[in-house]
Amino acid sequence: MTESTLAKRRRSYRIKIEPRLDEPSAWFPAAVSLGAIFIALILGGILISVAGGNPIASYMHIARASFGDIGVLSDTIVKATPIILTALACSIAFRMKLWNIGAEGQFIMGAFGASAIVLAPVLPAEASRWLFIPIMAMAGMAAGAIWGFIPGYLKAKFNVNEIISTLMMNYIAISWVNFWVFAVWTEGGFQMSPKFPETAWLPRLSQYAASIPVFRGLTTHAGLFLGIVAAVVLWFIVYRSRWGYEIRLIGDNPHAAKYAGINITRNTVWVMMLSGALAGLGGMSEVAGVVHRLQTAPLAAGYGFTGIIVAWLAKLNPLVIIIVSILFGALILAGREIQPSGVPKMIQGIILVCLIASDYLLRYRVRLVRVGTDGEEA
Amino acid sequence: MTEATSSNVVVEMKGIVKRFPGVLASDHVDFQLRAGEIHALLGENGAGKSTLMNVLAGLYRQDAGIIKVNGKQVEFSSPRDAIQAGIGMVHQHFMLVPSQTVTENILLGLDEPRFFMRLQEYDSKIAELGERFGLKVDPRAKIWQLSVGVQQRVELLKMLYRGANVLIMDEPTAVLAPTEIEGLFQTLHAMIADGKSVIFISHKLQEVTAIADHVTVLRRGVATASNVPSKGVSRQELAKLMVGREVVFFVDKKPQPAGDVILDVKDLHAENDKGLPALRGVSLNVRAGEIVGVAGVAGNGQNELSQVIAGLRKCTQGEVHLSGDKISNRDTLYGIEHGMSYVPEDRTHVGSAPNLSVTDNVIMKNYRKSPISNRGVLDMGAATKFAKELKAAYDIVVPTVNTPVRLLSGGNLQRVILAREISGHPNFMVAVQPTRGLDVGAIEGVHRLLLTQREAGAAVLLISEELEELLSLSDRVYVIYEGRIMGEIKVQSAEPDESMIEAIGLMMTGTPLEQIQKEGVAAHD
Repeated sequence: MTESTLAKRRRSYRIKIEPRLDEPSAWFPAAVSLGAIFIALILGGILISVAGGNPIASYMHIARASFGDIGVLSDTIVKATPIILTALACSIAFRMKLWNIGAEGQFIMGAFGASAIVLAPVLPAEASRWLFIPIMAMAGMAAGAIWGFIPGYLKAKFNVNEIISTLMMNYIAISWVNFWVFAVWTEGGFQMSPKFPETAWLPRLSQYAASIPVFRGLTTHAGLFLGIVAAVVLWFIVYRSRWGYEIRLIGDNPHAAKYAGINITRNTVWVMMLSGALAGLGGMSEVAGVVHRLQTAPLAAGYGFTGIIVAWLAKLNPLVIIIVSILFGALILAGREIQPSGVPKMIQGIILVCLIASDYLLRYRVRLVRVGTDGEEA
Repeated sequence: MTEATSSNVVVEMKGIVKRFPGVLASDHVDFQLRAGEIHALLGENGAGKSTLMNVLAGLYRQDAGIIKVNGKQVEFSSPRDAIQAGIGMVHQHFMLVPSQTVTENILLGLDEPRFFMRLQEYDSKIAELGERFGLKVDPRAKIWQLSVGVQQRVELLKMLYRGANVLIMDEPTAVLAPTEIEGLFQTLHAMIADGKSVIFISHKLQEVTAIADHVTVLRRGVATASNVPSKGVSRQELAKLMVGREVVFFVDKKPQPAGDVILDVKDLHAENDKGLPALRGVSLNVRAGEIVGVAGVAGNGQNELSQVIAGLRKCTQGEVHLSGDKISNRDTLYGIEHGMSYVPEDRTHVGSAPNLSVTDNVIMKNYRKSPISNRGVLDMGAATKFAKELKAAYDIVVPTVNTPVRLLSGGNLQRVILAREISGHPNFMVAVQPTRGLDVGAIEGVHRLLLTQREAGAAVLLISEELEELLSLSDRVYVIYEGRIMGEIKVQSAEPDESMIEAIGLMMTGTPLEQIQKEGVAAHD
């Protein structure tokens, strides 16, 4: 095409981008997200073929490896469980525009707090499960809440940037747990604590295989239940409680919140503590449901950071977080299935970028318009 | 409609159409500007004045229609194209860099000087240019040191320096004190004498009839009158063209005795956000059943005053009492719980949460109490019912109460805020610029609501820059200047009395009332 015809084209049609002034209908955001995932899969497919693979076969493999049968589905859910809780933790802080990127550290501290009940020991090894689980959950939440309280208080009192402080607190948490597993609770010099007694484990589906044979070998544990309960409770807090209303108001417009007589300082501390407690519960669930001992490497696996992304993709809605977390659990699991690192990670990245970019369509409308044809060559 | 000869027409816009999602901001508007004239573009807020002029200044592109400058058809894709064709616009919000000098701001974005700034040379050039048009500015002053009126001169100089022949002024008087307006008008006349043309956007009738040669009136994107000589029309006729019906200029205010003192402000001192003194000893009071106005040019401490009263800002000295209770330097909540309501100036940044629904916005002050919440749990049914009641009672035009308020027009948003503030049956209300940016119909509604409050026995403190509004609503008016009260005037009748307006004007620019009374108003001239 010559330049002059191009110019003529441009003159008669133009792509127009304008902000949306009306609310799109309810199905629209979901449709846009699905469209974005579809485009991401096409882009990922190109990437796979360039790398010499067969895209369709690879995708089928991913689907089978994460949702193919009840066994892998169970594994997917096990991967999703900690993400649900860290994402909930991030979502409540983000709701108030507190950028808590310390869910990782709060998660690890939660695992530490829960482990301390077993390892200190606070409860004797022969205590019943009905005693162990609730007390470990509370200890995990308390430890996470303390880890959230510190940056929250610094933010509220001295306006310390919470992004920096929560990020730094992550490293402190890892080092802290490292110290305990190396120096105090080490098992024969290895970097891990002794295994917990079974009464301190979260019950797994496989334990009930004797009465329900389908459950044989399924590792899904009661942490999923904790996650779902936490999501429902959080939903209620955000949308149906007076406190949640205050959090939403502060998040949307802190000036308006002050004007309505809301104490932002106090809420900053409380919300950071709630956020930390949720991440801490996630840590407890992971250590009591999967790892069964205090050990840094499997706990500091980035669940806190994945939670940030999941909370964001779920638009901070606690119930949507459950679904998005399961999808992410699948991606993590299936990704490992194809290649330990590399292409699956890239596809994850492409999906993320497409989803985040698709947000643009919710805020802007793109139209093709005809421009008046009377514009002659100037 | 008069037809101009093609030789002296500088700008001609024909059939300009500009659509925004859901709004036809400009509907086949014709506009003609002659050389050496001041042409007023009159219309209510939202009538499409700024849109039309933004098209001419190259900020927007029209969807249809043509623009001719000096008889030649043009297409602007940026303000740079427009200024090259000699068209410059001074916006309502200035586009200046506060930390740089006048000269640096004027040179910003130009090709000359290239690398070495040689500022002295340009300083004198700019001083010269200012001299020619009566725009006195120190070229070496930093923008932040200058008053708003002087900043406006810098914006004008910027356009003149770029060789603008057509100057578009978007509501230039909105930020000026009466004396500064006079200066601006002289500058505009100087520019006309130099052969330039001016487009003067305004919604103030008296200014338009005072300065313009021709008037074009817009209403809802349609030109209801084009190129009318301003000598031949009356203000009433223009108002009718503007709003489509006769406007009642004076509201019906019944005389009513004032009750006890509700708000008592004593020797109040406070600082602004930069830590500079904003209030320097303000004392005033408001009685039950009384509307008390605070007049003044923007930025003389009005906002800080309202914030200290509402508990959003600490005072450094002095006290505020509400019905005998000290409320200054206490939690905001204390005032809210003791019957104070507050209509802040900034509707979108302070008065509402834009992404939350109408329901969430109307319960902002009463969500702590039954029936909206019980023991910490919100009753969404009760909240929705409350919002629906307010929607009906205050004519809030919105599809559902679940619509986020950012989608509401200015008038509707103000109704949401007023509905919320009035529905709590306050015994005291502070309203800051409650009608700013609203169209005439909405203004009338707001005025009526304020008068209803007065009749219900509430004390109302009305802070406004619209003198006409203050005089028609208030029982008394205080005038504030640089954080001090210059004087208090009792408004006897709704008929504006020339000497009173002049006295208020003098107080607004810093002359205390005693001095005016001593010297006499006439002596000042």
